[in-house]
Amino acid sequence: MNRLDAVPDDLAALRERSRETSRVSAWVLSGSLAALWIWSYRGSEVDPGLLFSAEGGGAVFEYAARLFPPDLSGKTVADAAAGAWETFAISLIGTLLAVVIALPLAFFGSRNLAYAGLLYEMEPQRGLLLLRRAPYLAARAVLNFLRTVPEMLWALVFVFLAGLGPFPGVLALGVHTGGVLGKLFAEVLEDVDLQPVESLQSTGAGKVQILFYGILPQALPQFVSYTLYRWEVNIRVAAVLGFVGAGGLGQRIHIAISLFLEQRLLTLLMVLYVLVTGVDYLSAYLRRRVV
Amino acid sequence: MNRSNGPPSSALPRSVFPYLFSGLFLFLLVDSWRRAEVDPGLFFEPRGREHLWRFLTGMYPPELSWDFLEFMVRPTLETVQISVMGTSIAVLIGFPLGLLATSTFSFRGVLHEVERRGAGWRRGLKVCLYGLSRALLSLFRCIPEFVWAFMFVRAVGLGPFPGVLAIGVAYGGMLGKVYSEIFESVDDRPLEAIQSTGAGRLQIFFYGWLPQVLPNIASYTLYRWECAVRTSAVLGLVGAGGIGQQIEISIRMFHFHEVTTLLLILFSLVAAADYASAKVRSLL
Repeated sequence: MNRLDAVPDDLAALRERSRETSRVSAWVLSGSLAALWIWSYRGSEVDPGLLFSAEGGGAVFEYAARLFPPDLSGKTVADAAAGAWETFAISLIGTLLAVVIALPLAFFGSRNLAYAGLLYEMEPQRGLLLLRRAPYLAARAVLNFLRTVPEMLWALVFVFLAGLGPFPGVLALGVHTGGVLGKLFAEVLEDVDLQPVESLQSTGAGKVQILFYGILPQALPQFVSYTLYRWEVNIRVAAVLGFVGAGGLGQRIHIAISLFLEQRLLTLLMVLYVLVTGVDYLSAYLRRRVV
Repeated sequence: MNRSNGPPSSALPRSVFPYLFSGLFLFLLVDSWRRAEVDPGLFFEPRGREHLWRFLTGMYPPELSWDFLEFMVRPTLETVQISVMGTSIAVLIGFPLGLLATSTFSFRGVLHEVERRGAGWRRGLKVCLYGLSRALLSLFRCIPEFVWAFMFVRAVGLGPFPGVLAIGVAYGGMLGKVYSEIFESVDDRPLEAIQSTGAGRLQIFFYGWLPQVLPNIASYTLYRWECAVRTSAVLGLVGAGGIGQQIEISIRMFHFHEVTTLLLILFSLVAAADYASAKVRSLL
C-alpha cells in the first residue's frame, strides 16, 4: 500500500477511476440482487405464516410431532434394514458402473492423451485439426450430457426402460456419476507430471507402455480417492432414487410419507442416518488405508 | 475393523490387509450384484428393445409448438425463483448455526479471552450451544433434499413453497458446515491486533473476523446456488413446483418429444446459472 502512494499522478487517477467503477458495479450488483430476491419471493409463494400460525396448524411442528415415537416393531426394523442393504448395493454397483463408464471416456476426454502433447510429439501432424480432435470433443460432449441430466431424471427414464426395482437405480447412478467421474478423471490425467513420462519416452517406450508405466501410476490414487468421494455422495442419492420407483430405502420412505405412516418414517430416517454416516466412516477409512 | 483384539500397533499388518480387503470387497460385490437385481439382458429382450426404441425415436423432434413453450415459461421461472429463495433461507439457517458450530466463535479463542473467572456455567452453556448446533446441522444435511421436500409437501401443501423450504433446510445444513470450516480457519493475528487497541467483542467480530471470511463465504454460497438450480429443477418430482413436475408428467405420459424440450430448457438454465455466478464471482 505504502509504495502506491509514490506513484505518478496519472496512475493515481487511474486507480481512482477504477475504484469509481467498482463502486458503481457494487451498486448495480446489489440493486439487481435485491430485485432478483423480491421477484423470487413473490414467485415462489413463500408464506412464513403457513409454518407457524395456528390456522396453518403450525403445520411443520404438528408434522414433526407426529413423527414420535418411532415405530420400532421388529417387522418395521427388519424392513428398514433390508431397504438399507438394498440402497447400499445400489450405491456400490452404481459407483462401479460409473468407473467403468468414466475410464474410457476420460482417456479420450483428456487433451494430452487424445491428440496433443508428449505422446504425439513424434507423429507427423497431418490431417485436419478438427478431425484429430473429434474423439476428444465427442467424449467431452458425452460426459457433459451424462453429468447435466440429474440422477432422478435418469432414474425416471430407466424405470420406464427396465421396469421397477433396484436395477434402474443402478443404471441411473452409474450413468450420471460416470459423467462426473469422467470429467474428474480427465482433469487428473491432464495434470500428470510430465518428467516420468518424458524419461520413459527417452528409453524408447511406446504409447501403451507410457500410459501404463508413466501416466496411470500417477493417476490411480486420485482416481480411487475421487471414486470413494462419489460413493459417499451416491449413498445419499441411492436413498432417494426409490422415490421414482428404483428400490431401496427411498421406496419405503416414499410409501411411508404417502400413506401418512410418520412413525415408520422416523425409523426409516434413523436407519438412513446410520447408513450414511457408516459409509462416510468406511470411505474415510479406506481412503487412509488404500490411498 | 477388527482393531480390538489385534496387536496394539497398526491394527492389521500390512500383508494381511489386502487379502482381507479383497475378500470382503468380493463378497460385498457379489452380494450387491444379486441384491441390486442387475440384469443387462433386459435391454436385449424384445420388450426392452421395444421400449428403448420407442424412447429414442420418441425424443425426436423436440416439441417446439408455441403453446407448449408458453406453458413452460412459468415453471422455468419458478425453478429459478425456488433456487434463489431456497439459497436465501439456507444462508439464514446456515450462517447463525455455522457461527455457533465454530469453537473459536462460541467458546474459545480471542473472543473469549477476557472472560471473568468463575463463570464456568456460562462456558458450559456455550459448549452446549455449540454441540446442539453441530447436531442440528448434521441432521439437516443428512436427510436428502427429496425427503425434506416430500415431507414439506405433506406439511404445507403442493407448490413451490415446500421446494424452497427443502432447499433451505438441506442446503442450510451443508452451508453451515462449510461456513464453520471457513470460520475455524480465521487468522488470529488481526483479531489480536484489534483487541490490543481496546476493541470490544463486537468490534473484533465486525472489523477483524467478518472481513476475513466474507469472500470465501460469498463464493461458496454462489457455488451452492448453482447446485440449487439443478436441485429445484428436479424437486418437482415430488410436487414441489418448477419444471421437474412437468418432466415427470411428460415421461409418465410417454410424451418423449416434450422431454427433449424440457431437457434443453434444463441445460440452458444450468448453463445460465453457471455463467451468472462466474460473472458475479469475478465482480467480488
